[in-house]
Amino acid sequence: MLTEFGKIFIFIIIAILFVGIAILLSKLIRPKRPTNEKLTTYECGEEPIGTPWVKFNIRFYVIALIFLIFDVEIVLLFPWALSYKDFGIVGFLAGIIFLIILGIGMIYEWRKGDLEWDRPKINSFNKDKQEVEE
Amino acid sequence: MNIYDIIFYLFAGITIISGFLVVSVKNIVHAAFYLLFTLFGIAGLYVLLGADFIAIVQIMVYVGGILILILFGVMLTNKIVDVEIKSESFQVIPAIIFIGILMGGLVFLMVTTNWENNELIIPLTTTKILGNIILTDYILIFELLGILLLIALIGAATIARKDKV
Repeated sequence: MLTEFGKIFIFIIIAILFVGIAILLSKLIRPKRPTNEKLTTYECGEEPIGTPWVKFNIRFYVIALIFLIFDVEIVLLFPWALSYKDFGIVGFLAGIIFLIILGIGMIYEWRKGDLEWDRPKINSFNKDKQEVEE
Repeated sequence: MNIYDIIFYLFAGITIISGFLVVSVKNIVHAAFYLLFTLFGIAGLYVLLGADFIAIVQIMVYVGGILILILFGVMLTNKIVDVEIKSESFQVIPAIIFIGILMGGLVFLMVTTNWENNELIIPLTTTKILGNIILTDYILIFELLGILLLIALIGAATIARKDKV
């Protein structure tokens, strides 16, 4: 009766209900005595400064871009993974060649240092200053 | 009205309402988050149509990938909070004409199409059929897709790299 996606749908519904009921119940049960201190954002005991929506580092974008390419690769591997067994070694090799081609790209990125994180260089002069900034 | 219809209207409702919110909210970060629900609702509609592979592509690539890029794009903009988004209407008359033509065409198609309501009696796995086609007729295309992705990967990294060669 149920398809596999039907099971996923039930799973989604239960997940939504689980969160919804938990929040609703705690809203009904808990005492509510808000003070100014309680309503501020908790930031490890520090006074929060400015808005949490800060400008991101551009490095995150590059990582996301690389992730997107490999995301498409995974999607293309789904049909292959379901049917390569019917084609014996040829079907297996077809997928392996596909993976190797993408692997070359991965090695390229690695060698070129695109996966390296741009850390601020610490020298003795402004070491203290940068530690504060971090 | 059976369970299939109810689920269809649920997903259609999610898609339309969140799609409307995407274009109408003032905060661009909120708009990007509403886009998540729009894309997810469309994935649900694909599942109901029996297109399981396209649904997976929708979830993986759009919800999982493109949306992250859009969110990062929003986060990378300088002024997120203070930005003034114009949401007044201008050029109303041309818009009405073109939307009217588009709507008329869509409604015309909707009325004239012979809808065959094949309900999902047999759980179709189009992904496996696609896999068989990929490994027989289109095996060269499959490998060429790998090269295309490689070009995209190297190109993206080269453009994103600042100035060091």
